Amino acid sequence: MTLLIGSLQLGFIYGILALGVYITFRILNVPDLTAEGSFTCGVAISAVLTMAGHPWLGMVLAAAGGAAAGICTGLLQTKAGIHPILSGILTMSGLYSINLLIMGSSSNLTLLGSDTAFQLLIDRLGMNKEAVRALLSLVLCAGCTAVLSWFFKTHTGLCIRATGDNEDMVRASSINVETTKILALAIGNGCIALSGGILAQYQGFADINSGVGILVVGLASVIIGEAIWGRRSVTIGLISAVVGSVIYRYMIAAALRTDIFPSYFLKLISACIVAIALSLPELKRRRELSAMKKRGKKHAGH
Amino acid sequence: MLDIKHGTKTFLPGTPNAHTAMEDLNLHLEKGDFVTVIGSNGAGKSTLFNAVAGSFWLDEGQILLDGQDITFMKEHKRASMLGWLFQDPMKGTAPHMTIEENLALAYSRSKRGRLSIAVKKEDTRLFRDALKEFGMGLEDRMNTQVGLLSGGQRQALTLLMSTIVVPKLLLLDEHTAALDPATAGKVMEITNQIVNRNHLTTMMITHNIQDALTTGNRTIMMDSGRIILDISGKEREEMTVSRLMELYSQSGAGTLDNDRMLLTK
Repeated sequence: MTLLIGSLQLGFIYGILALGVYITFRILNVPDLTAEGSFTCGVAISAVLTMAGHPWLGMVLAAAGGAAAGICTGLLQTKAGIHPILSGILTMSGLYSINLLIMGSSSNLTLLGSDTAFQLLIDRLGMNKEAVRALLSLVLCAGCTAVLSWFFKTHTGLCIRATGDNEDMVRASSINVETTKILALAIGNGCIALSGGILAQYQGFADINSGVGILVVGLASVIIGEAIWGRRSVTIGLISAVVGSVIYRYMIAAALRTDIFPSYFLKLISACIVAIALSLPELKRRRELSAMKKRGKKHAGH
Repeated sequence: MLDIKHGTKTFLPGTPNAHTAMEDLNLHLEKGDFVTVIGSNGAGKSTLFNAVAGSFWLDEGQILLDGQDITFMKEHKRASMLGWLFQDPMKGTAPHMTIEENLALAYSRSKRGRLSIAVKKEDTRLFRDALKEFGMGLEDRMNTQVGLLSGGQRQALTLLMSTIVVPKLLLLDEHTAALDPATAGKVMEITNQIVNRNHLTTMMITHNIQDALTTGNRTIMMDSGRIILDISGKEREEMTVSRLMELYSQSGAGTLDNDRMLLTK
């Protein structure tokens, strides 16, 4: 039971990460490695502010910190003309130092004894602890999904989607492509860092390495979601990213329970899931080609 | 409407590959002019368009659009005053967005409510009516992803997107060249319809000499980055395809090196 509800809670929290990854990876069409740094940045900011007694402000500033990281990557990409992937790597590396600075040069912090947002709400509502934790995760995640789903229907949102789809056309429509890219990276990384900020308060500690492999976690969620609904409108894409994140958590819970793998194998398994899912279209194409060839040979035989 | 004064552009200057794509070019377009542009490959036709649209800045000279100096204006800023179509039908639309969303994006040039919902009811009606005139059935497929449309349909849609907010100047860069003859004819018909209705100032690059003489009110021929022939009115009416070819070879440009030009009767 704890595992079931725990996976659901984590699924919603990481669901916000999946939203951010969906924005950069699917909408903007760039695999953005800033995620690894901005996630930890959110964790760090949120933890430090919770310790200072401001858990809610911690979440807001975590998102702001992630957005700043996204803007940095965006500026490197557009104004400095650095390759998109390298821009993300540069920001990610730089953030490692910044994150340590935020955490007061210790590589982990514990929130034991500090009032997290979850704890405050549990005290206020006086309901079942796990139910409150699930509820808060759900509300935050659903809120983000709703806001983003509305945003991508506005003019600005449409411009961002078109930038990922056909950059030339966007430029010809008198829209500043550089601005839309920076904005999309800011929003995406804002979500990713918010997810980290909520997670820090949820699990009650912050670790400088929380971001390692986090992009793959986000990608896996997005891809699992797409496996269910396919790639359709943006609203469906956002919702399916969250659902994918929840399913991913259950998959991990199941894998851990069966004791087939030691828990440190999780990252390898995640990487394999993503690699297989991304290669499916190409594998399908190859299989069709070889089928065609076989048919052709058969006909030629007559 | 458009004034290019002493426009000069050299690519890769100071290297053995230096190439003067535009040389002291002067061009004046009246409001409502529909100019067809012909010339062999590398004559500078596309360079002329790129210079006007701002893909690069001129080495020397000045470009004025409707009295405003746009010589050093950023590309996306002058795009608000221009409509620009390319040969490749894939280039002008976003394939994973619907017809409606593509049109809404183009239409948003007119108003800047950045955080208002992009596809509004009253706009949809406007789009639908405009698409209906094409007679391609696109008005009933507003929620279809543009990537699923044929080349001709995409080009017609791009044409509407470029003109739904009336531009000061419409640039057509061989926009029918990648289409089959029947579809090309249809898209040309739509082009004429839109240009005439809005009295658009238009420049159209074409390799179809017949089209060049029958469409619009003026024809210019380019070679080595210069305008070597500029005809309109009576002179243009009396011009024939063969006479035009003759003039071309007399101009010192050498032989015609473009198959498409020779093969089009």
